[in-house]
Amino acid sequence: MTPDEEADLQRRRRSRNLVVGGALLFFAVLFYAITIVRMGD
Amino acid sequence: MMITAATSLQSARPADWRDFFALTKPRVMSLVIFTGLCGLLAAPGSLHPVLGFTAILCIAMGAGGAAALNMWWEADLDRLMRRTAGRPLPAGRLERRDARDFGVALAVASVGIMGLAIHWLAAALLALSIVYYAVVYTMWLKPRTPQNIVIGGGAGAFPPLIGWVAVTNEITVMPLLLFAIIFMWTPPHFWALALFAQTDYAKAGIPMMPVVRGEKATRAQILIYAVLLCPIALAPFIIGAAGALYGAAALILSLAFVALAVPVFAGRSEEARAEKRLFGFSILYLFALFALLVADALLARAGLLQ
Repeated sequence: MTPDEEADLQRRRRSRNLVVGGALLFFAVLFYAITIVRMGD
Repeated sequence: MMITAATSLQSARPADWRDFFALTKPRVMSLVIFTGLCGLLAAPGSLHPVLGFTAILCIAMGAGGAAALNMWWEADLDRLMRRTAGRPLPAGRLERRDARDFGVALAVASVGIMGLAIHWLAAALLALSIVYYAVVYTMWLKPRTPQNIVIGGGAGAFPPLIGWVAVTNEITVMPLLLFAIIFMWTPPHFWALALFAQTDYAKAGIPMMPVVRGEKATRAQILIYAVLLCPIALAPFIIGAAGALYGAAALILSLAFVALAVPVFAGRSEEARAEKRLFGFSILYLFALFALLVADALLARAGLLQ
């Protein structure tokens, strides 16, 4: 693997991890909010 | 050996998240979100903003999952059409299996969250819409019948129905009318596009109406559907579920739709201008009609309209 390919691999892996992490955080907050709202029903 | 090594290196590279996002057909999803939101806002009753947001998110996720499954199934056909050859799968930027798994995950998650957060009637309708688009339309009818667009219109017609039912928890006439409006709107909208993108569909062997039945029959059907759309678009006003603002707008917009369908019926225009004009107006038509339905409902609720 050339240095350019290595850098591309790292960049893709990092950006995908950030998106997956962001999605998980978003759903954790959303489920928390849904639970609070539904408990008040 | 070199080719094998290069291929395995390519497949070892993690796919870009933007390619996964592209699988969800974001442009189509904007219409799905808009019509779903309109159904939710126009429905009588109220939903907590967090739950309303969740319902729309689930509708969008379900549509995205169905779109990913559609791209997974049609990857080989997409490779043959200029319009779709650059999509992640035909361009080789994503593995087919990844697209399938992503689509299934989105679809299952959207139905599960909808059921748990809102109610299972909305979740069942969402599941039905995903199966309808990914299985009934994409896998079964699209490659088999020139009526594929008519039947496929049902898939796009679900969002306002689900949005409405998310609030009311019952299926009444009004959400079915919203479904019927998009159902009748889809054929003239899509066939107008198919008339000026005809060669691509023929190349991929998809039995699109202009390819199989010819232009004349397609033009006649565009006009027929445009005319049939008028009473259905006016029906919410006629049955008293929408006010005069919506009624007047539906009448004007629907008559304009028919007026633009007439030159398409008359025959091929220079550079397909009539077809392009009808296609462009059809998008405006749907956005305006649904926006005015919501405006009418909100103004009536505020006591500003009868």
